[in-house]
Order: sequence, then C-alpha cells, then structure tokens
Amino acid sequence: MISLLLIEQALNGVQFGIMLFLIAAGLTLVFGIMNLINLAHGVLYMVGAYICASVTQASGSFLQGAAAALVGTLIIGVLIELGVFRRLYTRTHLDQVLATFGVTLFFNEFVRIVWGPAALYAAVPPFLAGQVQLLPGLSFPAYRVAIMVAGLCAAAALYAVITYTRLGMLIRAGASNRVMVAALGVNIKLLYTVVFGVGAALAGFAGLMAGPLLTVESGMGSDMLILSLVVITIGGVGSIRGALVASLLVGIVDAMGRSLLRPALAGLMSQSAADNAAPAIASMLVYVLMALVLLLRPQGLFPPLTR
Amino acid sequence: MLTSASRHGLATLLLLVALALLPPALNALGEPFYIGLGTRVLIFAIAAVSLDLILGYGGMVSLGHAAYLGVGAYTVGILSFYGVQNGFVHFLSAAAISALVALAIGANSVRTTGIHFIMISLAFGQMLYYLAVSVSQFGGDDGLNIDAQSAFGGLDLGDPTSLYYVSFCILVVVLFGLDRLVNSRFGMVLRAVKSNEPRVRTIGFSPYRYKLTAFVISGTICGIAGALLANQNLFISPASMHWGRSGEILIMTILGGMGTLSGAVVGSVVYISLEYFLSRLTEHWQAVMGPLIVLVVLFAGGGLVALLAGRRVAGAGSR
Repeated sequence: MISLLLIEQALNGVQFGIMLFLIAAGLTLVFGIMNLINLAHGVLYMVGAYICASVTQASGSFLQGAAAALVGTLIIGVLIELGVFRRLYTRTHLDQVLATFGVTLFFNEFVRIVWGPAALYAAVPPFLAGQVQLLPGLSFPAYRVAIMVAGLCAAAALYAVITYTRLGMLIRAGASNRVMVAALGVNIKLLYTVVFGVGAALAGFAGLMAGPLLTVESGMGSDMLILSLVVITIGGVGSIRGALVASLLVGIVDAMGRSLLRPALAGLMSQSAADNAAPAIASMLVYVLMALVLLLRPQGLFPPLTR
Repeated sequence: MLTSASRHGLATLLLLVALALLPPALNALGEPFYIGLGTRVLIFAIAAVSLDLILGYGGMVSLGHAAYLGVGAYTVGILSFYGVQNGFVHFLSAAAISALVALAIGANSVRTTGIHFIMISLAFGQMLYYLAVSVSQFGGDDGLNIDAQSAFGGLDLGDPTSLYYVSFCILVVVLFGLDRLVNSRFGMVLRAVKSNEPRVRTIGFSPYRYKLTAFVISGTICGIAGALLANQNLFISPASMHWGRSGEILIMTILGGMGTLSGAVVGSVVYISLEYFLSRLTEHWQAVMGPLIVLVVLFAGGGLVALLAGRRVAGAGSR
C-alpha cells in the first residue's frame, strides 16, 4: 500500500518534471546559444494554454486547439525575437532581465485584454479521460500518462535534432563559439530566430498540456518560469541533458515533499503543527535543493563544456 | 563651471528640498490625498537606494530584493499580531531580522556571480514568498491585517504627513550614510570588486567579505522600508514579496541610473507616479508599462539621470 502510494507520487513527480523540462529546454537553449536570460519564457507557456483552451472550446476538438497553440506560440516567439530580443543578445544580463520583465508585464496584461480577467477552464479531452491500469492496484489518469509520453517524445525529438541533424550541429557550434560560426558563413541571425521559435513552441506545448490540469489564468507562467530557472541552474545553465535530469529531480522532490512530508512530520510533532509546517517546508524544498547543489557544485550538475 | 560631482550633489539637494516641500505644497493645492502617494514613493525610494548599493556599486543583480521588504513588513505585522505596539521594537526588530535573513541568504549567494547570482537571489526571494503564502497562521495567501501603526509615544504614524516626514528623514539618513559608505575605503573595494574581482583578490582583499557586508547592509535598509510599508498600508500580503515586485524595484534603480544613489530616488518618483496615473487611465496599465520598460532598456541604457546629463554611464549600456 505504502509502496503503491510512493510509485504514484513518483509518477506525478515525473509528469511534472517532464512539463518543466519542456519549458527549461527552451530557456537553457536560448541561454546556451544566445547568452540571453529570458524571463518572458513563462509567458509563452501561458499563451499556449490560453490559445489551446479557447480554440478547443470554440472548435470542440482538443487536437485543433493543440495545433493552434503550437503554431501560435511559434509565431509569437518569432515575432518577439525579431522585435525585441534580437537587440538584447549583446546587452548585459541586467538589461536582459529588465527588458524581458517588461515583455512579461505586457503579455500578462495582454491575455486579460484578449480573453478577459476570469480564468479559463479547459477540460481533459474525452479520448484521454479515463484511467490506465499501470500495475495491479495502481491506476493513473490516462491524460497524465499521455503528457509523459508526449513530453518524452518531444525530448527525444529535440535530442535527435541536436545530435544528428545539420541544424543541431549548427546549434551546438553556435553554443560553443558563435563568432566562429558566423565567420564560417552561417546566417547566425536566422539560426537564433529558429532556436527561439522552437523554444517558444516547446513552452507552448507544455502550456497546452497543462491547461486541463490547472486553471488557465494570467500570470500562470511565472511559477513555472521560476521553477524552470531553478531547473536550469541545478542542471547547469546551457545544458539540455542537465535540464532533463534536473527537471525530473525537481519534479520528484516537489511531488514527494507535498505528499509525504505531512505524514512524516506527524510522527515527529503534533498533527496541527505538522499540518502547518508541511506545506511551508514542501514549497521551499526545491529551493533548498538548489541551494545545496550550488553549494557543492556551483556550476550545476552538468555544466556545458564551452569555449 | 561646476564639476560633475558637485553638479550631481546639487541636483540631489534640489530633489530632496522638493520632496521636503511636497506635503505643504499639496495641502496648499487642496490635494492632501497625494501625500500618501508621496510616502509610497519615499518608501520605494529607500528600497531602490538600498538595492543600488549592491547593484550599482557591488555589481550584484538581485532579483529577490522584495523579500526584505516583505520580511520587514511581516516583522511589524507579526509583532502587532502578538500585541507588541512599540514602534522602536518594531523598527529595530525589522532591521535586525532583515539583517539576519540577508546574512543567511548572502552567505550562500554572494560567492556566485553573473547569471548564477541572479538565479539564486530569485530563488531565495521566491522561497520566502512561498513561506509567507503557506503560513496560514499569519493569513497565508490572503495577507495579514495590522491593527494599528507602530506607536512612537507622541508621534502618530497614522497621520499621513507624519509618516511622510518619518519616511523622508529615513531616506535622507540612508542617502547620506550610503554616500559616505561608497566613498569610503570599503566602498572603493566594493567598486573594485565590481570592475575586476580576480584583481582585487590578487592584491590581497577578500571580495566575499566585502560583498557580504554590502549585501547585509542593503537587506537591512530594505527591511526598514518594509516596516514603513506595513505602517502605510496596515496590511501585508505575500504579494509584496513576489518576484515581480523585485523586478519593479530593480527597474526603479535602473530607471534613474544605477550607481548614483539619488538616481534610485528619481527612478522611484517616476515609476510610482507613472504606475499611479497609468492605472487611473486604464485598468490595463501594465500593457503600457511593459513596453515602456523595454523602450527604456533598449534606448536609455544609462537611466534618466544620465539621459538628462546627456551622457551614458559607462558600463550600463552594451557589454
């Protein structure tokens, strides 16, 4: 019984971790290649969720909503890259933080203007509404299983593109020495725009899948953004592999903390004290993990080998 | 012809005189309501000036500075919650607890530089935010109402004008103290660390100690601003520690021009007034504020003070 609970919570953690990875991947790619801290990345997650929820409501088809969200976030990503972020690559991190913060303010308000101040509620698509029997006695919502599968497929595709294709080769080359890549005649500006657009679509992908699990509201991207920043800091800024390991780690630690801390603390202190302390500690656990990692390995778990 | 330094000093003096004359001027105009807005400007100016110490002089981009604002405000709120109303206890505890929190956070974070420092300051800030959200005893997400202002004997902080002048005096003391600090030997080392840390290490200083000291001083001052904020609003919620608020304080500091101290005051005046008037104009004021921030960053790298002086502050623009 206890072990089944553990497995279920671990699965929840993995599912959350995979969503985190989809956001962190774009963030770490953009940082690794363009040396840009993008605080507006959470916005794309939010916009993805909004587009998917509203198109699904209008058309009645989740798949149409999902396609619209992917295309929409890709286009918005490319537009903000061309309009604003392109000018930030050579600026200081401070300028980048401020400008992308400004972009975040704008989009958090923009979704309120377009979709209204009330939160949207998206339903789980009917074909994924049931439960899946994973082990005897352990069933898990089919939708969450689908998120894991879809997320892992996206991660595998990303890995394949980066490792085996010409585009991936250019991305890796751009990450290690962009001046040299440009000198060799590669259109580095176009490459940046492509990378940014792909990162945006990945965040949008996470957002459209999160819609049915959470409420779709303005500012929903902030929490995920902060957690993704924690992820890429733990994993080593700029490293995709680090982002994958760290997002699973963060997801599992978070899920375990939220579910197991209360019973564990109840053994040590009174029930009411445990009820008060457990959520507080659980919500800080991830940050404690990050502080610990940075104390022991300041560059993160898998720092990319560059320059 | 005045030198640049004395021109800067003169401008600061004029700014402070203008701020000192604001309440009687507003009363004469029959608009005493705006004194509260002025107090808010002053409180955020104290926070922004404290951030400028570590940002403009120490090169530490903190994206978690609102946490100290929250720590100071919650200290006042929690003390009142338990029936302690003495203002001296409130402000001294707010300063002491912010200092301790800054010491704990700084000890772990000032070792790192660049993007890692930004991320860690952000993470610690959010950590305190979630702590405040989850402690239901003190209101959790809904926030904590404070029964009455800190009691200072005959001084009534419930009177807007008194609170304004108390905040003003604290701002003046902070500006003066920090100005002395950054021009002292300590400040020279701190600025040297900002421009070249390995070299400072080579000539025999320990950058860590200097950065940590500056970090704690900065957090303490920001905590005092938080205690003032609690007195103004008689309410404190986790929202005041959210990273968005840290971003706003950062923007106030940059807007006026970092590394100038008084620039942070200008930034706070501009940002808070803009926020107020835009939000009266439209409920979607953030949709205007966001692009404005982007424009300022892209085209006014050295901040407003530098823009007015017709020059860019070295190092503030491109790398």
